[in-house]
Amino acid sequence: MPQSTRWGRFRESEAASGLAMISPTAIYATLLLAAPLVTIFLYSFWTDGYLTIIREFTLDNYITAWSNPAFRAVMLRSLFVSLAVTATTVILAFPVAYFVSFFVEPSKKSLWLFLITIPFWTSYLIRIFLWKVILGYNGVINSSLLSMGIISEPIQSINYSVGAVITALAHAYAPFAILPIFVALEKIDRSLLEAGRDLGESPVMTFIRVTLPLSMAGVISSVLIVFIPTIGDYVTPLLLGGPEGRMVANLIDLNFKKLDNYPMGSAIAISAMAIVVAISLLFLFVNRRFLKGAK
Amino acid sequence: MMRGGWFKVYTIAYLIFLYAPIALLPIFAFNDATVIAFPLTGGTTKWFAKLWEEPELHRALKNSLIIAVSSSLMATALGIFASRASTRYSFPGKAGIMGMIMLPLVLPEIILAVAILTVLLGLGVPLSLFTVILGHVLVCTPFSIAILSAAFQSLDRSLEEAAYDLGETPASTFRLIILPLVMPGIISSLLITFTISLDEFIMAFFLAGNENTLPVYILGQFRFPQNVPVIMALGTILVCLSVALLATAEYFRRRGIAKTGGKDTGGFL
Repeated sequence: MPQSTRWGRFRESEAASGLAMISPTAIYATLLLAAPLVTIFLYSFWTDGYLTIIREFTLDNYITAWSNPAFRAVMLRSLFVSLAVTATTVILAFPVAYFVSFFVEPSKKSLWLFLITIPFWTSYLIRIFLWKVILGYNGVINSSLLSMGIISEPIQSINYSVGAVITALAHAYAPFAILPIFVALEKIDRSLLEAGRDLGESPVMTFIRVTLPLSMAGVISSVLIVFIPTIGDYVTPLLLGGPEGRMVANLIDLNFKKLDNYPMGSAIAISAMAIVVAISLLFLFVNRRFLKGAK
Repeated sequence: MMRGGWFKVYTIAYLIFLYAPIALLPIFAFNDATVIAFPLTGGTTKWFAKLWEEPELHRALKNSLIIAVSSSLMATALGIFASRASTRYSFPGKAGIMGMIMLPLVLPEIILAVAILTVLLGLGVPLSLFTVILGHVLVCTPFSIAILSAAFQSLDRSLEEAAYDLGETPASTFRLIILPLVMPGIISSLLITFTISLDEFIMAFFLAGNENTLPVYILGQFRFPQNVPVIMALGTILVCLSVALLATAEYFRRRGIAKTGGKDTGGFL
């Protein structure tokens, strides 16, 4: 310390106190998050030797996985489902966030948000199963259409399909999409909208030229917060996807549990994560102009 | 307000979509047919009575409660440290450290679960309820931080300075001034993380070894169609319990923000 001014000492002590304060949580996350991720990254370059792990660097797991057409099909299906869920969820969520932010009295906003979030916290597994009840062979939709005489035989295509997986996931992630958009809309200075109107813009043009660009930061977070976790969803494809609807999480599970091939499982997990991160970064890059200035 | 009217209609339709699956739960829980399908055949409470006759379910419930209580306490403790540090201090590497801690919020859980599993087996740690708790704390901590940051953010710094001027130490200031003010946030965090842990499936599925938790038990029962009505009854109880817990959490969260004079920005996340 060349100059031990009071300000300098204060800064020193603040940084030290902050680091000390965060250390329990940071150490926990390092041990249970960072270290395990590094471990599976290393495993993905090793080989399964039945009872031991052969610790020699090899790209074989990746080559085997990527040259397998079944793996590519599962990966592509996962991506397709994830993208479809993201698009559906975010587009359907935007008007809800818009309504709560612009048309609900400030004192009632948290009640509306609470109503929107409740289903998200309740019995995830049972909710997914109930979609099977709704979409299934004897399900709510088929039996009501039958009793109304609109169809003469149950529709098979809605049962056990990629469509059922997308519906259930879009339902499960709805609040995740609504909240970030809502927060972004709340931050918009309402006088900007009035200014737009005063300058002769129509309500629609004001929305397109002012509200939408200013809320893009929220839309972008919604997209990422839905897209990244959905690709790894395990239960929904298991219960609703049928044999043709399996996703990458089911493949990871198969390798870790049944096949007991950790290096291969790790390589699949790392590949899935790398693809998700690459798409997310590309998406952020394409939309970078909306994020300037926004924190 | 005409435009608002159409948005309102849409939002209400959306809420119906959100609640539709949950609304079916009690219908089938009280329906006396073994097959979960329409048309309904008649009312019964026998599925609820059957819940008392399932020792495996009772064991899973006990395990889940042990895990949820431990995880919510640990996650909230870690959440207090992190949210206090991030709202009160500036320090080098803050964004990176907070980013790492919040990462489980977006990372696919299956990747976290298999990564932790690999480390545990590599180290020779046997799978047990304890290993599930380790995973649940990791998943719950970001939610705890999201709730607690709002509580710590709205704290008035001058209260703390006043306490120092009156001769309190940092520790006694925390206990006497800060803790009571953020207590509603802490209670809210405990309830929410408890609810998350009780409902969490993936971590438990990979890390519980031979033990069952409630969600793992439920998934197992889906393979036996004759057991599904009992699960509908169980689900009805669980949904009521979660809603009660969440409503209490929401009450405390709002009270906490009102207590520290902050502005309610709404929502848990």
